[in-house]
Amino acid sequence: MTATTTAKSGVRSVPGAPLLELENVKMHFKTKGDGFFARGTKWVQAVDGVDLTISPGETVGLVGESGCGKSTTARLVTRLLEPTGGQIRYQGVDIAHMNERQLRPYRREIQLIFQDPYSSLNPRHTVGTIVGTALRTHDMVPKSGELKRVQELLEVVGLNPEHYNRYPHEFSGGQRQRIGIARALAARPKIIVADEPVSALDVSIQAQVMNLLESLRKELGIAFVFIAHDLGVVRHFCDRIAVMYLGRVVEEGPRDSLYEKPQHPYTQALLSAVPDIGVVRGVPPKNRIRLVGDVPSPVDPPSGCRFRTRCWKAQDICATEDPALIERAPAQRVACHFAEPPAESILAETA
Amino acid sequence: MSDQSIQAPHTVSRVPRTPAANEEAYLEVSDLQVQFPTADGLVRAVQGLSYSVPLRRTLAIVGESGSGKSVSSMAVMGLHDRRVARIAGSIKVGGREIVNMSDKELEGYRGGDAAMIFQDPQSSLHPYFTIGDQIMESYRAHNNVSKRKAKDRAIDMLGRVGIPNPRRRVDQYPHEFSGGMRQRAMIAMALVNDPKLLIADEPTTALDVTVQAQILDLISDLQRDFGSAVVFITHDLGVVAEIADDILVMYAGTAIEHGPVNKILGEPLHPYAWGLLESIPALTGEPQPLHPIPGSPPSLLAVPTGCPFHPRCEFKDRVGGDLCTTLKPDLIPRTGDLGRTSRCHLKEPDKVFETEVLPRLP
Amino acid sequence: MLLYILKRVLSAISVVIVTLVASFALFFLAPTDPAGVICGPRCTPERLADIEASLDLNEPPINQIGAYMKGIVVGREYSSGGTVRECAAPCLGYSYTLGQPVTKLLGAALPVTISIVLGGAVVYLVVGILTGTIAAQVRGTSLDKLVVGSTLVVQSIPYFVFALLVALYATFLPDSGYHPFTDNPLTWASGLLAAWLCVGLTNAAAYTRYSRASMIEALGQDFVRTASSKGISRRRVVYRHGLRAGLTPVVTIFGIDLAFQLTGAIFTESIFNLPGLGQLTLRAFGQYDLPVLMGGVLIGSVVLVVMNLVVDIAYTFLDPRVRLG
Ligand SMILES: Nc1ncnc2c1ncn2[C@@H]1O[C@H](COP(=O)(O)OP(=O)(O)OP(=O)(O)O)[C@@H](O)[C@H]1O
Ligand SMILES: Nc1ncnc2c1ncn2[C@@H]1O[C@H](COP(=O)(O)OP(=O)(O)O)[C@@H](O)[C@H]1O
Ligand code: SF4
Ligand code: SF4
Ligand SMILES: [Mg+2]
Ligand SMILES: [Mg+2]
Repeated sequence: MTATTTAKSGVRSVPGAPLLELENVKMHFKTKGDGFFARGTKWVQAVDGVDLTISPGETVGLVGESGCGKSTTARLVTRLLEPTGGQIRYQGVDIAHMNERQLRPYRREIQLIFQDPYSSLNPRHTVGTIVGTALRTHDMVPKSGELKRVQELLEVVGLNPEHYNRYPHEFSGGQRQRIGIARALAARPKIIVADEPVSALDVSIQAQVMNLLESLRKELGIAFVFIAHDLGVVRHFCDRIAVMYLGRVVEEGPRDSLYEKPQHPYTQALLSAVPDIGVVRGVPPKNRIRLVGDVPSPVDPPSGCRFRTRCWKAQDICATEDPALIERAPAQRVACHFAEPPAESILAETA
Repeated sequence: MSDQSIQAPHTVSRVPRTPAANEEAYLEVSDLQVQFPTADGLVRAVQGLSYSVPLRRTLAIVGESGSGKSVSSMAVMGLHDRRVARIAGSIKVGGREIVNMSDKELEGYRGGDAAMIFQDPQSSLHPYFTIGDQIMESYRAHNNVSKRKAKDRAIDMLGRVGIPNPRRRVDQYPHEFSGGMRQRAMIAMALVNDPKLLIADEPTTALDVTVQAQILDLISDLQRDFGSAVVFITHDLGVVAEIADDILVMYAGTAIEHGPVNKILGEPLHPYAWGLLESIPALTGEPQPLHPIPGSPPSLLAVPTGCPFHPRCEFKDRVGGDLCTTLKPDLIPRTGDLGRTSRCHLKEPDKVFETEVLPRLP
Repeated sequence: MLLYILKRVLSAISVVIVTLVASFALFFLAPTDPAGVICGPRCTPERLADIEASLDLNEPPINQIGAYMKGIVVGREYSSGGTVRECAAPCLGYSYTLGQPVTKLLGAALPVTISIVLGGAVVYLVVGILTGTIAAQVRGTSLDKLVVGSTLVVQSIPYFVFALLVALYATFLPDSGYHPFTDNPLTWASGLLAAWLCVGLTNAAAYTRYSRASMIEALGQDFVRTASSKGISRRRVVYRHGLRAGLTPVVTIFGIDLAFQLTGAIFTESIFNLPGLGQLTLRAFGQYDLPVLMGGVLIGSVVLVVMNLVVDIAYTFLDPRVRLG
């Protein structure tokens, strides 16, 4: 047992440990065999061995296609789910299997923002109640100071503080997302996990919300796990980006090297598939990689490398040996037996 | 399906877009109005929309949600319930007027000369009928052929849209298909009668990027083969850049800018289009701060007077008097280039773009 | 599929057994005096004891239930006053008051009730689904409002009032009464017509509303828009694409309704003087005729469970997503 110190809030920590560390985290959901022929239970390997480290104030992006396990990872980090394997260490202390009482102080420090600004707010509560409840849950301010703090928070996220007694349906999508952000900020978290916070918004509104998140990050020094499927949005917001495929991180690295010299075939294909406005404004890439087929089912993922059924580089070894996530360039880790940077640029070069 | 070996990286290259020749328009929409009387008042979903698309060309209609993209294209397909929607103006397809067409004539037109692909392939296919059944129904509605012949045609179409093993797949139900394959099946269904006009309403919005790329390639390829006019609706300017020849930007039910894609995305003339470009993070270069458009799109129950964009426009002070708030600008050529139009009172928009907007694009 | 049905049948049987045991406990162990009822007013203690013995009333409850169950499976014998009565396999005992085997009584009453309920179902399904579908298509118009309004009126009249009104005023209908179908289908139908109309029209109101709501939802679905975009006729869009999807929830409600109607046709049978299950059990209830009541309970639970099973299986045929998993 390592020596831990305990803060006033009840959060324990190991001195010198990173803010958040996921080690080989797994989440296998049990599903009843559906259909009449199906017998027994199956396991959906939604997240299957994810490693990730987040330092204070850092923003880590999580990208990947639908169903690759991004939201599940988000729910694991916020401990809305208990992982079926691995460790989730917050300041060095494993919170993976803590019970609700033990988790309480940690819940405050790790907050979640949801994708859907429509369903994630209780329609029967006023904005003041929604944000105030978050304050009360974590005993943030004395009862008398609650309204003042709610109004402060509304102001911080760019809403009119006078509107604290309005209901969510009286706000637009972008404004509702701001309410969700105010609720998350109420607890003064150290980490915010944002699960596709701008995906449901129109571009002009999306940019407003991104600017808000950006200024919060700079001013409050909050670390972010930022999930999105839009590679431009992730690049804009994150220092470091992890690419997920079928429940695994296949490549992870600093923003620039990942976008300019992606080494995993999947990352290359993903970047090559992004529809880019740069193609009419600059020099379009000569050739674009196109994947064949769809992502296999997480119930029965391929053996060895999970990408091999769609990978044009696959060899025999890919079917038998699961490639480990190893460092191939400074701070850039890739899980591929034949990792190498692309021969020519994948993205359009702006003129 | 996955047992096929994939040797070389499967790559595609972009076919360069050709500038518009003086072709005859196949679809011609003029001064289209669509209104919905509701309990809250009159929703003016489309107001004075005009555009045209010749054969073998793709027009992309872009705009934020609620800007009237779907409503206008449903009108082109004759899909509005006339008891609910009030439609005025003119829609000519191959010389025939669609507005006020009789129900009987519309049946022959829909799915025959014009076909449509919808956003969500999951909900747009009937869950209780097989894929083959649904394609055959389309074919037999316009061709007097036997079931056998129709089924052969369905299998043939499934093969053409890249569905492996079409002979087996034709008898499967939509839920047995993946999202990308469902959209392929929708495309097969839309193209089964060789339509001259294809309307695709956000056909890739519900799909993943790698699958979206496949579908965009497919639509481009098929258009080359079939030679149809395509109206491609999307809110993603990246997709527009990939697929369109021309682009029409909609705001609050009207077109605010129209022209060839490289012009509109490269040097747009309307402040709203500038705002859109400034909102999209780039994929290369040092990330620049975004300059979003303030506020949010207007309610169509109470569209602002004058220029509908004026409450959000940072350039309205540059226009003399209160022109922006009182007079709706016309959609006209604003520079020497007659091939493009925009709807704004601002003087010398090309100069403003170059000196003020371009330097701060992300 | 077969495995699924087998599993469902097994669970259905266990539900029936549990119901039986529970009602057995409630009825037979209740502080009633069945032997006294059978014995009648001029009863001697010897005769009472004899009857009690013949009914196993002296045995512990477990044995009583055991004997009853055994009777259902292999049959049993009753001895009273020295004579032994043979009661063959599905034996549900003898009616205390009518002295006949319960199976025979049920066998006579069941066809009556089934005739009423199924005939009525045909009426309300046809009327309800058709008007519901039409109302859904013209939603918001005065015709739609008229339809919705009349369903509200019909539904607000208590059923027995409606049935009495039909019985009193619809004198132009043929006389009500039960004539077996096998004797003459025509007299069978004419004798049941009043009951059918009564069951059919009252329930049609509910089915109009179910179908209307279900069709409005179905017609708003994306796949209906897709169907319209193909250029097929409006009728085909509504009846092939819309109705197919809209019917599924209606079928579910129908399956459950039907089971309740089979067990609850008491008013209809009394008012139209039809010797069905409802009348039989109602009479048995008034006379503490426990074996008959138990038989009614048994039939009721079997019907409920079977209808549930039928609905589930019907679902797999309606919706390929369920069928193929
Ligand atoms: N409670 C659950 N039970 C069973 N399977 C689940 C459960 N939650 C998620 N899954 C499955 O786990 C996989 C990963 O899901 P997850 O929601 O994390 O994906 P995602 O990457 O967030 O996708 P998206 O981009 O669509 O939001 C999917 O296959 C999903 O169906
Ligand atoms: N049946 C209807 N009744 C009232 N308003 C409608 C109806 N259909 C669409 N609208 C309104 O018309 C506007 C344009 O919608 P739409 O064309 O679907 O937008 P989009 O550009 O996102 O496709 C929206 O404000 C929408 O709410
Ligand atoms: S390990 Fe093999 S299959 Fe996997 S990505 Fe690398 S080359 Fe492709
Ligand atoms: S007309 Fe005026 S308000 Fe409208 S876009 Fe142009 S400058 Fe802005
Ligand atoms: Mg998700
Ligand atoms: Mg739309």
